[in-house]
Amino acid sequence: MVNNTLRLLLLGAIIGFAGLLQASPKIETWQTGNGAKVLYVHAPEIPMVDVRVVFDAGSSRDGHKAGITSFTNSLLSEGAGKWDAFQIAQRIEGVGSQLESGSLRDMAWVAVRSLIEPEVLDTSLQTLSAILATPSFKKEDIERERQSILAGLLQDEQSPGSVGKKQLYELVYGTHPYASDPSGTRESVGSITREEIVKTHQRLYVAKNAVVAIVGAVDEDLAAIIAEEAVGGLPAGEAMPALPPVPPLDQGVIKQIPFPSTQSHLYLGQPGLKRGDQDYFPLYVGNHILGGSGLVSLLSEEVREKRGLSYSVYSFFIPMRQLGLFQVGLQTKNEQADEALKVVKDTLQRYITEGPTDEELKAAKQNITGGFPLRIASNGKIVEYLAVIGFYDLPLDYLDRFVERIEAVSKQQIRDAFKRRVDSERLVRVQVGRFSAPVAQVNRAEAAE
Amino acid sequence: MRRLMTTFMLMLMAAVQAQANVVEHQLKNGMKVIVKQDKRAPIAVSQVWYKVGSSYEHGGITGVSHVLEHMMFKGTDNLAPGEFSRIVAANGGNENAFTGRDYTAYYQTLASDRLEVSFELEADRMRNLQLQEAEFKKEVEVVKEERRMRTEDKPQSLTYELFLTGAYQASPYRIPVIGWMSDLDSLQVDDLQVWYRKWYAPNNATLVVVGDVEPDQVIRLAERYFGVLKPEPVAVNKPREEPPQRGVKRMALKVPARQPYMVMGFKTPVIGKTDQDWEPYALEMLSYILDGGASARLASNLIRGSELAVSVDTSYNAFSRLPGMLVLDAVPRPGTPIETVERAILKELDRFKTELVTDEEMARVRKQITASKVFEKDSVFYQAMLIGQLETVGLDWRLGDGYVDKLKAVTAEQVKQVAEKYLVDDNLTVAVLEPLPMEENITRHSAAGGRHGQ
Repeated sequence: MVNNTLRLLLLGAIIGFAGLLQASPKIETWQTGNGAKVLYVHAPEIPMVDVRVVFDAGSSRDGHKAGITSFTNSLLSEGAGKWDAFQIAQRIEGVGSQLESGSLRDMAWVAVRSLIEPEVLDTSLQTLSAILATPSFKKEDIERERQSILAGLLQDEQSPGSVGKKQLYELVYGTHPYASDPSGTRESVGSITREEIVKTHQRLYVAKNAVVAIVGAVDEDLAAIIAEEAVGGLPAGEAMPALPPVPPLDQGVIKQIPFPSTQSHLYLGQPGLKRGDQDYFPLYVGNHILGGSGLVSLLSEEVREKRGLSYSVYSFFIPMRQLGLFQVGLQTKNEQADEALKVVKDTLQRYITEGPTDEELKAAKQNITGGFPLRIASNGKIVEYLAVIGFYDLPLDYLDRFVERIEAVSKQQIRDAFKRRVDSERLVRVQVGRFSAPVAQVNRAEAAE
Repeated sequence: MRRLMTTFMLMLMAAVQAQANVVEHQLKNGMKVIVKQDKRAPIAVSQVWYKVGSSYEHGGITGVSHVLEHMMFKGTDNLAPGEFSRIVAANGGNENAFTGRDYTAYYQTLASDRLEVSFELEADRMRNLQLQEAEFKKEVEVVKEERRMRTEDKPQSLTYELFLTGAYQASPYRIPVIGWMSDLDSLQVDDLQVWYRKWYAPNNATLVVVGDVEPDQVIRLAERYFGVLKPEPVAVNKPREEPPQRGVKRMALKVPARQPYMVMGFKTPVIGKTDQDWEPYALEMLSYILDGGASARLASNLIRGSELAVSVDTSYNAFSRLPGMLVLDAVPRPGTPIETVERAILKELDRFKTELVTDEEMARVRKQITASKVFEKDSVFYQAMLIGQLETVGLDWRLGDGYVDKLKAVTAEQVKQVAEKYLVDDNLTVAVLEPLPMEENITRHSAAGGRHGQ
């Protein structure tokens, strides 16, 4: 009885959705006086506003000093305008606001969440403005932050996962700017000077290199004022030039790193896809089936559900300005690393050759389209979408058309896209752990000494 | 995980205020249903909370609550293993589950017109779980991998685990949620069967729904799916009271690592288990003043200021089932001895006993909790978490209503009093991670030797 109803629910799932899809938030866009792009959504229900300012200032802009963009970003709130780190924190926290900043390969950002009471909002925005435009970069703050970054790098060295991921990026990207870790290395961070940080800030934290995303209970006029207040103090500057394309891998690479851990961490990787990529939707839906949908993915079914080999096994594409990483990963006790690796490679190979079944594709579409309302159910999620849409120049109807684009993906498109874009002969394989029988390692050609 | 959850709950407590839109209902079989309407987006979260977790466990079967949580996805009389997840996915839902010291909870977030799917599935596995030997054998291996990933290969997690076992003598809060490896090795499917029968019944569960729903309709649905389930006699937990601590406890852990690390904790009271109900609120205020942001004392004086540490965090949870601790953990600045950091932290704590906290500090905390109460409305999931957690530790969800007011009523004098009473040496436990070199340890254990190192 229960059984039948449940099965009916499963079969019927796709039918009901068409009617309930939530209208996507209406996005307004304009430029500030100094040339920053603004994206705004009115969300009147809660008396708060999220302001997220993103810059093309991630580690792909590091140049020769790995880690300098992240270092610069983390120093912004350590002293700016006439305030020191304590005063900045006191101003933000004293009105109950929240400040967050961070930096990855493409993007660096500073975000504020504030109540909309005028004095609160004003204090929050004045502080944000100073942080972005007039950071002090005092010597003592730089030294303190340097020690903190070095401590973080030491901690990464005791984590087999961090060690493996860093190695994976280095081997997949070689001499491309995506190769180095956003936090840099102990050596590079140790050598960064104040002058270099000041120059990095002057070059990257400029209006034409910025996108301002605003979501909250503020009308469009107020949003315009907020945007001017947040980034109006920045010079217009120039947008960063395009990054070089990511070269394909010439051959497969195998790297083993001995580590005193009970588990081996296994990673497979390759250059994946870009934002706005013509294969974006087939690869997105295809990966959802392969390893992007948690417990119901093919990888999880084979590695975890059928064999109990790993707690977490996944695959993903990170869509970036240039080809972001395609990654498959898992952790398993050292003794069964070879077995787990074989299951993963077989599953991936079979998927590249055969593609998904009709049932798998249908289930994936049901999950993605049926779950669409969850993706845009909070201001916090919408403001991140706005930043991504603005940063990567995605069309403003990206969210409106998301569901129809998912629905349009066919089995053939997925198989075709995986065949063209994922090459099992030329994967980078990184294994961190203890090995009973080390394999012959294959180096990246251009990295050979 | 657990620690994160505590810190997270601390921030979260600020989220709930008097809500006219909350409806509470008890089914005839004893199951409690709490519905909170939030029509901002056409979604709903449904959470089923069971009053069972690692603090209900005893030696030999530690980790059983968490393994059972994993097995709840492995088939019922009506569904094959994994089918639960496939149905939720096909309905566009997100789902997962979590186990803590005091609770095991299961949730789905869905488009709000799919709520019935969640109820039918949860009601089914509440009473009809099929614990199959073959599925169990595989899943317990998955959990052991989880333990290796979360604990065995993480020096800081190992230190924290050691810290808890050292700090608590009798309290079941000494038991790690994920269980000891040896207990996982010897766990039997029969142990799970016993545990399931003992705790998984409607009268030991709370259903929390938050989202774009009509409370009357939700209660009707709950009656239909959960109301028909048979209640069970539910065991009464033994008190397992922690004896008073009489002297500082110290322990050390030596494992391959790069960074020293330290955890310290003072035994503290919780709401509902103390006749001085203001004390837990005063301890919450004290925690915020220590570590409520970058302008708080630890960040200002230890990370900046003396620059002895690169991170120092405080956690205290006034709302657990049993009394816990005010816990601080720290990573020293490279090259700084861990003892120096410990002394500096203790000195910061001593200041609470000799000088009153300032109006400015208290005002900052009040602004923060008032604002975060507004911010938390951005997530239906966290709103449901808060209600479920309070109910499941044996408190009334309405306690959340008064949180901001209670915290605002705390005086500087009360903060001083709790510091004098609880932040004392005899009440202190300290665990320190002493790193061993990593390279030597690879060579010693690796058959391959150092050929591949670089």
